[in-house]
Amino acid sequence: MGEAIVITSGKGGVGKTTTTANLGTALALAGKRVCLVDTDIGLRNLDVVMGLENRIIYDLVDVVQGRCTVQKALVKDKRFDDKLYLLPAAQTSDKTAVTPEQMKKLIHELKQDYDYILIDCPAGIEQGYRNAVAGADGAIVVTTPEVSAVRDADRIIGLLEKEENVRSPRLIINRIRGHMVKNGDMLDIDEIVMHLSIDLLGIIADDENVIKASNNGEPIVLDPNSKASIAYRNIARRILGESVPLQSLEEEQKGVFAKIKKFFGMR
Amino acid sequence: MNRQKQQYVTIKGTKDGLTLHLDDTCSYHDLVMELEEKLSVNQTNEPDGPLVAVHLKVGNRYLTPEQEEEIRTLIRTKKNLVVESIDSNVITKEEALGWKRKTEIVSVSKIVRSGQILHVKGDLLLIGDVNPGGTVIAGGNIFILGALRGIAHAGYYGNKEAVIAASVMKPMQLRISDIMSRSPDYKSEERNEMECAYIDDNNQIVVDRLQLLTHLRPHLTRLERRL
Repeated sequence: MGEAIVITSGKGGVGKTTTTANLGTALALAGKRVCLVDTDIGLRNLDVVMGLENRIIYDLVDVVQGRCTVQKALVKDKRFDDKLYLLPAAQTSDKTAVTPEQMKKLIHELKQDYDYILIDCPAGIEQGYRNAVAGADGAIVVTTPEVSAVRDADRIIGLLEKEENVRSPRLIINRIRGHMVKNGDMLDIDEIVMHLSIDLLGIIADDENVIKASNNGEPIVLDPNSKASIAYRNIARRILGESVPLQSLEEEQKGVFAKIKKFFGMR
Repeated sequence: MNRQKQQYVTIKGTKDGLTLHLDDTCSYHDLVMELEEKLSVNQTNEPDGPLVAVHLKVGNRYLTPEQEEEIRTLIRTKKNLVVESIDSNVITKEEALGWKRKTEIVSVSKIVRSGQILHVKGDLLLIGDVNPGGTVIAGGNIFILGALRGIAHAGYYGNKEAVIAASVMKPMQLRISDIMSRSPDYKSEERNEMECAYIDDNNQIVVDRLQLLTHLRPHLTRLERRL
């Protein structure tokens, strides 16, 4: 019996879908059977980020309304033999096409076959959010070091604490710019964690390659050298129960002189 | 003389007026009958005399508001008597619970997050933070063992004596009774001491060191609560 984790944030554009795609991929790379569920009905994105857009035949609404079986609607990601599947959202209906009870039943069914079910939650706290949370056992709250995103994360954590089936949520801080935090222009990690007072699952530095990779339909996790990729892999390892230290935010100094200085232990 | 075996109404004169002891074992009907009789008998012929205050002691009898009103009118119509107080040893469960809620200190251990409202009737002892966008409301005082970064409203039902105290005082808004104040738009320097907010003589909310509270609101020390 697998575990269903909802990935949510309240605010839009903080990286829920990117996080879902990358954590799913990282867990699949670690040998787990993973199913990604996109609950953003009407504004689906996860399939695009995963590069599986053109293979969709049936979607979540078709399954819930009984037009096909779950197995038929699942899109298999060929890059990871039989490890990673996607249940895409419908693009033509809207959030009210599905009820929380139906989602609960669906997620329960998926839990029989997969180790991890990652549920990509839409922005907001309305029907779409309630659908996404209904079947979840755990929750990951994604935020960025901005006051507005932290405020919405706080609201969402408050709502998640009321859900009886969801274990206490964990936090991912996304898009951190090391130099801005250093200059005091951005909220720092300790401040955010203290404020929200939930467990920190990981931090991800702002990385242009993430956008590039998403546009190509290849999660950044597949590029082993990118900093964001390592961050996502670390988070996946923490989900699997390993304890991995947080990544340093110090930016690598470039140039020969810096390298020589580093060689001699001067920074 | 056809006297009753027992007197249901005893009248005593004091310097504050009359005290009427009403028996609490007889039926209400008998009581009213005898009251009417007694007051009619003791007729004094001074219709223009000054009003005499009457204190009713009803013992362990519970009078409904209608019954209270009936007795008040009865006494008022009789002579130049006016009921000043009705004192009973019993109150309804409802009143008792309401009183308890208004005077007890409710301790809550949680973080009040954005969009959440925590409302108590009495004093609030919050073990945790109030985050920005969160609201705590109390009929009495508010004590926060944590950071207050949201909105706190003490003395919600109009108690201007109420205070708000917090380990870290960084509120968006403070409200006491019907007075409101908001945090300044500039960022104040970090202060690491506990603070309290109260209404001063100019009817404005001031924030000051917690230690001053001892002088400002000495009754906070007392643990017993009055009705």
